[in-house]
Amino acid sequence: MNELLLVVTIAGERVALPANAVESVVELDTLIPVPRAAPHVAGLSALRSRVLTVIDCMRSLELGDTDCSDGIREAAVVELDGHHYALIVDLVEDVVEAASDPVPVRAAMEQGWERVSHGMVETEQGPLLLIDVAALVAGVEAKAAA
Amino acid sequence: MDDLIADFVAECREMLEALGGEIVAWEAQPDDRARLDSIFRFVHTVKGNCGFFEFPRLEALSHAAEDALADVRAGRRHPDGALVSAVLAIIDRIGEMVAAIEAGEDMPAGDDNHLIDALAPGAEGTAAPVVTAAEAATKASSAPRTIRLSVELLDRVMSTVSDMVLARNELARRLRESANDVPVDGAFERLSSIIAEMRDAITRTRMQRIENLFVGLPRMVRDLSAELGKQVLVDIEGGDVELDREMIEMIRDPLTHIIRNAVDHGIEKPADRLKAGKREIGLLAVSARQSGNQILIDIQDDGRGIDGRKLVEKAVSNGVISKDDAAQLSPRDQLALIFEAGLSTAKEVTAISGRGVGMDVVRSNVERIGGIVEVDSKPGEGTRMTLRVPLTLTIIPALTVSIAGQHFAIPRSAIEEIVRANGESVTLEHVGGAGVATIRGRRVPEISLAAVLGLDSSVGEQDRTLVVLRPAGGDVYALSVDRIHDHEELVVKPAAPAVMATGLYAGTTLADDGSPILLFDPAGIAAVGGVKLEMQERTARIAEGPTATISKATPVLLFRGLDGGRRALRLAVVDRIEEVPASAVKEAAGALRVQLGEAILPLAGATAGEIGDGKVRLFRLNDGQHEIGYAFAEVIDFATIDHDIIHAERPGEISGVSLVNKEPAELVDAHWLFSNHAAAAAPTKEELVCLIPDWDPWMQNMLRPLVEAAGYRVVDDSENESADVVIACLGEELPEHASHKTIWLRTEPEAASKKDFSIYRYDRAGLLMALKSAGAGRGK
Repeated sequence: MNELLLVVTIAGERVALPANAVESVVELDTLIPVPRAAPHVAGLSALRSRVLTVIDCMRSLELGDTDCSDGIREAAVVELDGHHYALIVDLVEDVVEAASDPVPVRAAMEQGWERVSHGMVETEQGPLLLIDVAALVAGVEAKAAA
Repeated sequence: MDDLIADFVAECREMLEALGGEIVAWEAQPDDRARLDSIFRFVHTVKGNCGFFEFPRLEALSHAAEDALADVRAGRRHPDGALVSAVLAIIDRIGEMVAAIEAGEDMPAGDDNHLIDALAPGAEGTAAPVVTAAEAATKASSAPRTIRLSVELLDRVMSTVSDMVLARNELARRLRESANDVPVDGAFERLSSIIAEMRDAITRTRMQRIENLFVGLPRMVRDLSAELGKQVLVDIEGGDVELDREMIEMIRDPLTHIIRNAVDHGIEKPADRLKAGKREIGLLAVSARQSGNQILIDIQDDGRGIDGRKLVEKAVSNGVISKDDAAQLSPRDQLALIFEAGLSTAKEVTAISGRGVGMDVVRSNVERIGGIVEVDSKPGEGTRMTLRVPLTLTIIPALTVSIAGQHFAIPRSAIEEIVRANGESVTLEHVGGAGVATIRGRRVPEISLAAVLGLDSSVGEQDRTLVVLRPAGGDVYALSVDRIHDHEELVVKPAAPAVMATGLYAGTTLADDGSPILLFDPAGIAAVGGVKLEMQERTARIAEGPTATISKATPVLLFRGLDGGRRALRLAVVDRIEEVPASAVKEAAGALRVQLGEAILPLAGATAGEIGDGKVRLFRLNDGQHEIGYAFAEVIDFATIDHDIIHAERPGEISGVSLVNKEPAELVDAHWLFSNHAAAAAPTKEELVCLIPDWDPWMQNMLRPLVEAAGYRVVDDSENESADVVIACLGEELPEHASHKTIWLRTEPEAASKKDFSIYRYDRAGLLMALKSAGAGRGK
């Protein structure tokens, strides 16, 4: 059985999230900022009676800011250690089957991508970067502290 | 007591059910240590609980089984088939008895001695139980009408109800937008109220005051100490802390164990205490409080403490740690050894505790709910155990505030009071960039929430509201927020680690409209905001005590005058507090006067020399017609006069001295102030003057208020004023003003003769009449 992947676009780049880690894809409307939190924490949002911690993937990757001013953003909801996170992505595209196990990317990637990737997987749609959700959620500072 | 028995029965049944499989497995494999331990704990628990109820047979059985199993655990005995059967027979018998207790019947008849004898090494096989447990259980049909639900199910119900509330809110919005339809609105209202009720009920199912847990403690300690020949005083605090029902159940056993240990091992016998120079009665303090997102339960005794080195020796001899490791332990780590399985420093085994079971169970139970147990002890001085359990899924009352348009919640338990930054008794100052708020004379550090959060607030500093907070274990500070919104009961959930890492928040919650709200951790804000904690402030506050309970007390404003005197002024006469530049105070027309806006008021409480160059703070006093100012240095506090007033010998600015907040304070005589200042300022109405001898305390203290109330100004002979009326006691020489009307007072109710026109001195009506006619007479 091959792993299912959710293909999303972050910072203009098509990448894959492990589909079994993703609970749902939601559209976020209101965002409550969290003052003094790490920069990649975009804020809080509610999904039914659950509080989602919204992660700005762009900032987590140190690739700039996601523009949240225009209202609705698409996000993938993941659960990690009992907490729910919404990862803001540019676009949620498709679910594909992984055709291979992740292999290391041997070429030099940009800093942020290097930190959050599990490697490259082959799919029908060509090679995609497989994202480590936990690293994306942890962001820059946690990595620096570790 | 019935509740406790019901709990005991329920606990035993649960453990028996859980043990069912273990017993069979242990029978097959007597060497299995883990199973042995769980069976051992069961009999230990039964034994411990039996001590409080009068179930001697149960206790004898469980004690015997515990002894035998302890031998096995210590390796003194090998578990053979005979022993296993004997223990199983005892557990079956315990099951029967528990079932009988539950059904409210008498204990099953029969002698337990053969069961106990069977435990002895080398005893022959066992007797079968008289009645089997299964049969006994079927009889217990008259159980109380309660059921045990899994908390998971409750959680699911709770989150569904929360979703339902949100759906209702959305529906409400839609309904408001669409055209009004009365029947639909009515139906919706009904639905709303049902949902609200349901939410309340479901919320309550989870929450309990920790009091429920504490209520049984005094009795338990009393029985324990009586049994052990000790004297223990229990001090319980913080019973109103609310805790998840599940949490309460989970900490019940650990708490019981800790208290049992404290009484048994910690607190010494009275004779030993006296020898050690302590009071005969040991003190056991149990307190609960909320700190951020945790509940802290402290159990502190003043007993002999724990000897860390002994623990280490024991741990080494029991093979818990190696000698090398032992040498490297810090004192704290040494104490922490108490939580290792199979360690006990008690020399003798008692019926209460001391087999080294307990503390390891305590720790595992507390850790299972995400809590921590800490131990701190000084040999000879006592031990403090702290249980920290998380506050997850607890409902806490909170105040919602907003800053820069965003809502936040503050736990209400930490809030002392709320004041407006521009209120009368509040001043905001900046000292070296740090905010200092003076609230009724008390200086507290002030933190701007906008600054802590790095938000831009559009509300000016003076228009903000100060929330005075006292974090658990911390000190008072004031937090300035833009606006206060509402009191709400919030279900707090832990926030994601990235959010908690800020140290500012205790969790997140959902507001009624479904939007997330962050709950502040008051201690965290203090830490991030850089408030330094001062311990002396706290003790100063505690000394104040409940003064408000005295109904007859007169409320006064306690302040410090310009000359440094501690004075009090009746609160009712103070209109407001003003601050004016010193230039507004002028000496004019023979008196000090202050300009307040358009008005010029006479100023009391100061001499021209005492007015500096800076600002002058003054009370604006009002008697309904006149206003005067009274300058002061600072307001100390609101207080009440509940002590006797020692009256001044002469009328003047100070009418007397009394103890206010345990220190003497001069009482400012507002009447005198007005009569001297206001009369001079606006002499529109001439006052009636009454002369009362100044040497007579009865007249000064008792009569004077009455005369003043009748509209007279009271003078004595030393003031060369012509009095309209003179009051004197019968038989006294009249002062020089004899030409005036004189009211004679006598001390006996009955008049001596018909010519006697004197008035009995407690004839209030007669006195008032005489005063009135004397005043009227002057007009002619």
